[in-house]
Order: sequence, then structure tokens, then C-alpha cells
Amino acid sequence: MDILYFAWVREAIGRDGETVTPPADVGTVAELLAWLSDRGEAYAVLRDVERLRFAIDQRFEPIDASIVGATEVAIFPPVTGG
Amino acid sequence: MSDHIAVRRDTFDVAAELARLEAMGGGAVASFVGQVRSDGPDFDALELEAYPAMAEAALGAIVATARERWPLLGVTLIHRYGRLAVGDRIVLVATASPHRAASLEACAFLIDWTKTRAPFWKREWRRDGTTVWIEAKPADEAAAAAWS
Repeated sequence: MDILYFAWVREAIGRDGETVTPPADVGTVAELLAWLSDRGEAYAVLRDVERLRFAIDQRFEPIDASIVGATEVAIFPPVTGG
Repeated sequence: MSDHIAVRRDTFDVAAELARLEAMGGGAVASFVGQVRSDGPDFDALELEAYPAMAEAALGAIVATARERWPLLGVTLIHRYGRLAVGDRIVLVATASPHRAASLEACAFLIDWTKTRAPFWKREWRRDGTTVWIEAKPADEAAAAAWS
């Protein structure tokens, strides 16, 4: 599964993405965040869930959405385009 | 193709885009141009980060929603990314319709939703070389939600 980070999430983690293989009991975005946040100090930003938004396979999804079968999960701040 | 949806680094030609919509013969073309605004004496530039693989599809979904709600002959929605200077154009929304109200309302809807439902992030560069990420504004989300 490819994880992508944007804006200050990308800066905090220090990379724009990575390929991971979450364990089978990681089934939602929330569980993915909890699992990723154990990877090191830089990932602590992923515990700040109120300030994060998500896309699964390039569609916006809520934090309780399933990631089962997803190929790309993006984690980012609320959008500020336009 | 009656819609022009693009995510790109370089600027756009407003007159050419409006001429394309005017040529559709509907009699009503409305447009909105968003530009970089200086945020004080320390402001240097605005940088827009995009999620390129998703951005164009997200804009397309917003245009599709507008087409369900208003009788539109054509839509242009162009959003730039990269580092932009004060006065540079960021976004163009333009609509062609047989009806004045439809073109104006759809144009307002398209920019409200583009601000809150497309994957772009702004950050401000200051003259001292530091940067600040722009926070999402509750008023923008309220404006977008008002169309729902």
C-alpha cells in the first residue's frame, strides 16, 4: 500500500510518501494512523487526527473509512486551494 | 469538448478561455479569477502544493455536480500550482449558459467547492525565507456547505 503525505504532514514526516504493508488488523484510516504513528518521533503528527484529512485511491474519505484493498492512501491537512 | 478542466504550473489566457465559452452562443458567460494577494510587508510569494494524480479528477467531479444543478453549455476550471507572486492568477472558473442566473450561480458554486473539495494546499513565503502554511477557513467551509 502506498501512503502519500502532503503539506505540513509531508514536512513533519520528512518524506512525501512510502510503501507499507500494514498488519491484517489494520482495517480503517484511524487504525492505519495509529499503526504509522508508532514508527518514530516524526510520525507523532499522525496522532493529531482532528487536523488531518484523507483520500483513499484518490477520493476523499472520513477517518472511519475502510482501507481494505486500497492501493493508495493520502494523509494531509484540510485543503486550502482556490 | 465543452468543458476545459486543467491543473497546471503555467498561467492561463483569460480572454481566450472566455472567447471559447462565448462562442457556444448561450448568451451568458460568467467568470471568476482568483489571484495571489499580498498579506503584508513580509509577504514574498504564495506556493500551491497539489496532489496531482487526484486534483484533476476532483475538479472534474465538482464540474459534474455543477452540471447536474444548472443548465450549462460549457465550463472552464483551471487551477495552478507552484510558487506564485503577488497578482499572479491562481484559479479561473468560467461558465456558459443560456441563463444569466445559472451562469453566475454555477460560477460561485464552482469556486466555493474548489476551495474546499480539491486537493491543494497554500503556503506563504516570507521575505526572511520562512514559510507559513495557510489554515483552512471555517467561512470557506460554511460557504461550500451552503450549496448542499
